[in-house]
Amino acid sequence: MTRQWPIALAWALSGASVAAPPAAFTPEALRNGSSFAPAQVRQMQADEFANPGMLWVERGQVLWNQPAANGKSCAGCHQDAAASMRGVAARYPALAPDGKQLLNLEGRINRCRQMRQLEMPWAVESPELLAMAALLSWHARGQPKRLVPGPELEARIAAGRKLYFRRQGQMNLACTHCHDQLWGRRLGTETISQGHPTGFPAYRLEWQTLGSLARRLRACYSGIRAEMPAYGAPELLDLESYLAWRAQGLALEAPGVRR
Amino acid sequence: MNFRLQLPNTAKPGEMITVRLLIQHPMEPGFRRDDQGRAIPKNVIHRLRCRYAGKLLLEAELDSGVAANPLLQFPLRAETSGEVVLDWEDESGARGEARAMLRVQP
Repeated sequence: MTRQWPIALAWALSGASVAAPPAAFTPEALRNGSSFAPAQVRQMQADEFANPGMLWVERGQVLWNQPAANGKSCAGCHQDAAASMRGVAARYPALAPDGKQLLNLEGRINRCRQMRQLEMPWAVESPELLAMAALLSWHARGQPKRLVPGPELEARIAAGRKLYFRRQGQMNLACTHCHDQLWGRRLGTETISQGHPTGFPAYRLEWQTLGSLARRLRACYSGIRAEMPAYGAPELLDLESYLAWRAQGLALEAPGVRR
Repeated sequence: MNFRLQLPNTAKPGEMITVRLLIQHPMEPGFRRDDQGRAIPKNVIHRLRCRYAGKLLLEAELDSGVAANPLLQFPLRAETSGEVVLDWEDESGARGEARAMLRVQP
């Protein structure tokens, strides 16, 4: 036991990557959500014309160029999203520029909207917020999930991990029971996925619309008959952070298509 | 109404091409209720037309069995250069139109 201390200390001080709990998956074992979906759904996601999520991506591009009441548009500062936003979504959740608050992609979009455009934040799950998140995620498609290490993020990941392993709801299940222990097996007609967030915001056929990761997490809460946290609740961001950490190295595939 | 239209720019005479149209629309079937329990009125795209080089190519009636954000696809035999014009209307009276030029050359 004592002999392992120097190694652990050196590892902790190295700070090379996001230090956190031991990895849930080896990089080879990581599998995107779409790989568990039926062939028709995978085909729908891969078709860059027919993927319904592209309707939101296109709307996002319109909003990107649209000036707010103070005359500022996203494009005014960030120019061409395809260049300036390339890969950006892959590193969220991340710290706000003030270095204090951890934000997910939607939170970061709304922060910019309030601070720079002096507008009201877009409502959760509003078509505008989803469209902008879809646009930015689209420009990170194919890029590996990679978080920026920091104490705030690590605290969130640790809190999210606790939630992930905690039994809850009337079914008395934790996330880990399905998404670590039983992925690849069937739950009714569905194949249980590894629970990676890389396809979100995703077009879910059940929803008949695009939805955020928070909406999907709330659906899981409902599935295990647990009380759903409200949109914007800290638990959801904790979980998002843990899931993002857990999926590191996996290529983004948003806008995903899911059943 | 947000949409995407896909067809090739050019085709050979007699060639069969595929026209694809994706429309952002809730295709509300009229059977659902909102979170206050109020019935959501039926509102689907119920009429769709395609004109090609000034002639009516097809007219379709759609109803509540069609999913939201429908992807509509049909073949078209390229004969003369001309504009492909699709227009549609939902039950609230909202209309949409998509156009693209198709050049036919040997």
